[in-house]
Amino acid sequence: MTTATETLSVVVEREIPYPPEKIWRALTQPQLLEEWLMKNDFKPNVGHAFRFSGDWGSVDCQVIALEANKTLSYSWGAMGLGSVVTWTLTPTSAGTHLRMEQAGFTPDQQQAYRGAKYGWPKFFANLERVLGGLP
Amino acid sequence: MRAEPTTVFKTLGDPTRRALFERLSREGELTVHALTAPSGVSQPAVSKHLNSLKFAGLVCDRRDGRETYYRVMPEGLTPLFDWLQFYAGFWQSRFDQLEDLLKRMDQ
Repeated sequence: MTTATETLSVVVEREIPYPPEKIWRALTQPQLLEEWLMKNDFKPNVGHAFRFSGDWGSVDCQVIALEANKTLSYSWGAMGLGSVVTWTLTPTSAGTHLRMEQAGFTPDQQQAYRGAKYGWPKFFANLERVLGGLP
Repeated sequence: MRAEPTTVFKTLGDPTRRALFERLSREGELTVHALTAPSGVSQPAVSKHLNSLKFAGLVCDRRDGRETYYRVMPEGLTPLFDWLQFYAGFWQSRFDQLEDLLKRMDQ
């Protein structure tokens, strides 16, 4: 696991011993999604607005992009912050490399985010020095 | 009072504001004039950006005669680090549940 503070996103990656097709079903079929993530009314259509309901509140989402068995991304609005969750499935000899990235910017900020991405690593490197100097 | 993470993200999402915040982080307390000189941005624009940073709880100011001094409030970044930490733990445990489900599927 990486908490990628340098890009202001959370990234979780794992090697999973199953083919992408099987993982894709778990990522896109509402009944299966509910079993590991949250109750939902997900549909695999770009533009579809849906909601995850968890014990700690609900999450407003919208499908941004999908390519079956390869990639899926949706907006994720919760706790006062819009973000984007992107799943990437890459087949490997042993199964699938599954990657989840949650970027802490709303969709309309994506353009700014791409432009700004390069600047973050330096920003946090400098910041660490400052925080390190705190009492 | 602590700012919402969305305020902190949005405020630091702007490259000019981030550059100002970074410079204050590096150099300590500076006047609006000192911050304006190398920024390539007009003084009113710099003041506006500093106000946004102040509103987000990322900097504070102090007046001394005709000058206003700004310095960084590092604890202003806390909502952002809290957000990252919460979701890192959240997704880690959901990945575990996903793997459990995959084991059970088609059996």
